[in-house]
Amino acid sequence: MVLLHFLLAQAAADPTKGLTAIGRGIVYGAAAIGPGIGIGLVVGNAITAMARQPESAGTVRTTMFLGIAFTEALALFGFVLAFIISG
Amino acid sequence: MILGVDVPPISHVTIWGEGPLGINKTGVIYIFALVMTFLVFWLGTRKKDALVPSGIMQNTAESSIGFVRNQVIMQTMGVDGLGYLPYLATLFFFIFFSNITEILPGVQFPANARFGIPLVLAMVTWVIFNVVGIKRQGPAHYFVNSVFPPLGDMPIAGKIAMYILLAPIEFLSTFIIRPFSLMVRLFANMLAGHLILVTFAALTAGLWAAKVTVIIAPLSFGLLVAMTGFEVLVSFLQAFIFTILTAVYIDISMHPAH
Repeated sequence: MVLLHFLLAQAAADPTKGLTAIGRGIVYGAAAIGPGIGIGLVVGNAITAMARQPESAGTVRTTMFLGIAFTEALALFGFVLAFIISG
Repeated sequence: MILGVDVPPISHVTIWGEGPLGINKTGVIYIFALVMTFLVFWLGTRKKDALVPSGIMQNTAESSIGFVRNQVIMQTMGVDGLGYLPYLATLFFFIFFSNITEILPGVQFPANARFGIPLVLAMVTWVIFNVVGIKRQGPAHYFVNSVFPPLGDMPIAGKIAMYILLAPIEFLSTFIIRPFSLMVRLFANMLAGHLILVTFAALTAGLWAAKVTVIIAPLSFGLLVAMTGFEVLVSFLQAFIFTILTAVYIDISMHPAH
């Protein structure tokens, strides 16, 4: 409710704010596509590796988190950029 | 509830306190994290001569340091890197304690959602891996190894063409993107988690206040509880990832690819 009132007050003050909000949404949404696919590949292959060779699960898990961290960075850049954009 | 729902304006991401020595909520949480980190090591090592660890503090400290040693250092740097155990363990505890306040009732704010200290930690890591690289390989070798990666068998013209493309990318990625992404990863993860919790808390309160929508409020509240549990995992994971990436960067400086 607080959030809704805040958004409504913003929209009433300046109609172009809505466009900024759409832009922010597109920036984050577009930035999340690639990392989404990438993290899916990383985790999927890590699970395959763990299922095939359960004794190496520890090493695979550590490497998987590293891979996730590198892939995820791009999505997070998009997330930060969405905040930086101001109308 | 009131403390938790209080949403600071987004400009607080860039403005830290009032004046040069200003203390705000973020600053208080960092002091708390510092004291907690100190207490873990101090209370955990008071009986260090005892052969069998006893007491909750010593067991916690020893098993956590064992975790950093076995899962972070041995997995990445090997025996060579054991000298970096103090820095990495301190880094892990400090980041974890300043993240975990995200779900601490009454505080409910991860200090690392403001990018001041993550930036400083990333810069310390940057200085360390550069100094290690320069000391281990010499300045010229270190620079060449980081900017011109080995390409294997290739005609000389192909190598030149590849290096024209690769060298600027490698330079950017090693010396600029690395600390920047280290900072952004920690800061953005904690900010995103905090925003999710705030959104669901505000949503629950809003649905509760409105008459008809009170039926849906339990769903939002249930998700709030579930996300709180998830954020415990995220605070631990981010501390772990920051530590292990620091270890990986130091390892790349110590053992370059041939």
